[in-house]
Amino acid sequence: MRCKAVSRFRGAPKCIADVSGLLCCPGAECGMSFVMLIELGHFALILAFGIAIVQTIVPMVGAHRGNAGWMAMAEPAATAQFLLTGFAFAVLTWAFVTSDFSLQLVYLNSHTDKPMIYKITGVWGNHEGSMLLWMLILTLFGACAAWFGDGLPARLRARVLSVQASIAVAFFAFVLFTSNPFLRLEVPPLNGRDLNPLLQDPGLAFHPPFLYLGYVGLSMSFSFAVAALIEGRVDAAWGRWVRPWTLAAWMFLTVGIALGSWWAYYELGWGGFWFWDPVENASFMPWLIAAALLHSAIVVEKREALKSWTILLAILAFGFSLLGAFIVRSGVLTSVHAFANDPERGMLILVILAIFLGGALTLFAFRAHTMESKGVFSTVSRESALILNNILLSVSCFVVFIGTIWPLVSEMLFDRTVSVGPPFFDAAFTPFMVALAIALPLGSILAWKRGTLARASKSVVGWLVLAVAMAGLAYAIQSGNSALGPIGVALGVWVVGGALADLWMRSGRDSIPERLRRITRLPRADWGKATAHIGMGVTIFGIAAMLAWEQEDIRIAQTGDRWEVGQFEFRLDGVNQLEGPNYLTTMADISVWRDAQQVGDLHPEKRFYPVANMPTTEAAIMNGVLRDIYVVVGDPQEGGGWAVRIYLKPFANWIWGGAILMALGGCFSLSDRRLRIGAASAKRRPKAVPAE
Amino acid sequence: MKRLVIILMLLASPLWAVDPKEMLDDPVLEDRARALSQELRCPVCRNESIDESNAALAQELRIVLRERIVAGDTDEDALAFMVARYGEFVLLRPDSSGANIILWLAAPALLLIALAIGWSTIRAKRAVPDALSAAEKAELEKILGRDAP
Repeated sequence: MRCKAVSRFRGAPKCIADVSGLLCCPGAECGMSFVMLIELGHFALILAFGIAIVQTIVPMVGAHRGNAGWMAMAEPAATAQFLLTGFAFAVLTWAFVTSDFSLQLVYLNSHTDKPMIYKITGVWGNHEGSMLLWMLILTLFGACAAWFGDGLPARLRARVLSVQASIAVAFFAFVLFTSNPFLRLEVPPLNGRDLNPLLQDPGLAFHPPFLYLGYVGLSMSFSFAVAALIEGRVDAAWGRWVRPWTLAAWMFLTVGIALGSWWAYYELGWGGFWFWDPVENASFMPWLIAAALLHSAIVVEKREALKSWTILLAILAFGFSLLGAFIVRSGVLTSVHAFANDPERGMLILVILAIFLGGALTLFAFRAHTMESKGVFSTVSRESALILNNILLSVSCFVVFIGTIWPLVSEMLFDRTVSVGPPFFDAAFTPFMVALAIALPLGSILAWKRGTLARASKSVVGWLVLAVAMAGLAYAIQSGNSALGPIGVALGVWVVGGALADLWMRSGRDSIPERLRRITRLPRADWGKATAHIGMGVTIFGIAAMLAWEQEDIRIAQTGDRWEVGQFEFRLDGVNQLEGPNYLTTMADISVWRDAQQVGDLHPEKRFYPVANMPTTEAAIMNGVLRDIYVVVGDPQEGGGWAVRIYLKPFANWIWGGAILMALGGCFSLSDRRLRIGAASAKRRPKAVPAE
Repeated sequence: MKRLVIILMLLASPLWAVDPKEMLDDPVLEDRARALSQELRCPVCRNESIDESNAALAQELRIVLRERIVAGDTDEDALAFMVARYGEFVLLRPDSSGANIILWLAAPALLLIALAIGWSTIRAKRAVPDALSAAEKAELEKILGRDAP
């Protein structure tokens, strides 16, 4: 309840009128009806927990006994779980929006002066609220499986929903017993403690929901894998059912990671975009495994091979999601991401991880051999290429994994306190991505079952020549002789070219206009593949180019000073003290010039948030396709003037642009005809009509 | 009041990662110092290098590092100096001594194993052109409506 008037007459401040002015109740708590609302939300959550328990048991037993009624109960239960969790989430959001400080969580993480958008996003800017968001998404996926699972055999569907509900049971218990967002304060304080200012940012506001959609989306792949193991059957249809869920989860994870990286780039004040921090790695590991799973599920779908491997990947993908949750919330690994760390909560997540991963892997050990593969293929074939893809992605994930947990292992087993930082990851991880990029264009155009290298290489050899030529050109133009930039150019051109060649190859052998016409009509899955691969090439190029060709200038500037960085000239026009809605700011005014013409005006800031007692640096960035101009203002100097840092970051936006392309490719693939109607069409297949 | 807040603000404002005052005049030495400071972890921070950290200790270490470099230390000497003072913990790139060799070799070893498994899988899956037995061949010929040769 947002107060318009506050009585401080006696004792604790009390609300005497709410915003609308309708409820006036001096001396008493305002709005009894809203007080109840919080309790109703709490109750809904408990009810959803109960339903999840029932949904775990009944459909599974029903599927075992062949009882259709018991199996059918999974669907309404999944829907009810989602609606109840949705209601609880809406109640918590309402409490944040109205700044109901009788709720401990709102008090600790909100403030009446905070802009409305951050009141809403503040719901998940803390441990308890973010767990509720996690539950909302988990139950949403379960409900989606119930709503869109028409094409699934009833038994498999009941088992999938039951496994999904068992995951929900574990996390409902976690939320209710260790991280309850609905805890009250006996005496509601007058105002809250505000959200961490770093989190008051649009980039970060939408970073967690996307990440969770990805993490939790992988629970569907897990549920499908476990259900298939219980069923003892994996076929092409299973591959087709599991793929859209994995694809969706992977897309969300891609966007979530890109948002987080973009946020770090403009918010942290020096333009780094990836730090190999444990919490970042926690999101990157499931991404890598999900990418491997996406590709191996294609082999299951098209060729009925690699079945048990695909099942294992599906289990591991969600396993890494849970490991990520453990790393983020336990604080067992030191990270720059200060979350509400609590070893006890971490322990519980570890138990959940052990139960689900251990259980699924045990099941896998007993049942994997029953998943006999049918498809045969020769050494040079798309299947082999996809195996190579899977090896590179999985082992690169292992590199990230061992680097992330090594400090822990080393301290526990060898009593050595070590750090594993970016220099290790750069050295150990990059070779895998380079190998992947080199193999990708050739591998992705090899024929299924039996391909020939000669034929495949004929269609991409032109791009190879261009890639090498462009790398040579880049080497000639650049100052200094680092290999990073040219290698990035070569790999980028090679991967993008390979994806274009793949599309071109599919258009047949007719005249060019005819082929162009046919390209536009290719299945969306083909477009998705090409787009995602192009995205990968663009990102690789962006990272290499930015790291190789960045320019940096650090200096003390007096008002009126002019200086050059690269082809640009900068002038410090002034520094002003200003006030924002919930912060104070020191804002510099720096104009950017090129060839004696002003091309921009930048306002880097140093902010101070009094409620949280925290300073932040706000860089000013002039975005461009070819380069970003990145300006940061620092402290006033003793002898007058201000510290100013300027970076020219070439092709920075290509990093995230590539990620968006990858996610877009996923969208295209997801909207492919065979996924839209393929699975469901079994029922609706038109009966054959005899010819007359 | 406003003045007070500004004073508070200046007090609370972070020291800057790499202040212009710290920097060496010789660009070659400064480049070396920057590269080295990205390899060193700030001992009091949460997983940040001294190059990017705002902490006072990080600043001190940056200055010490530059002093060592100006004094003629090689990169290895400078890193060894820091390790002697703050322990192995400050190295963001762990060395490969002792148990750390596991960290460095685990992934290449796994890659070799994975490649071996992958290769054997591919070999096992190879389409063998003459996989039909004599009986199956006869059956096939019959279906195709031809006499056995």
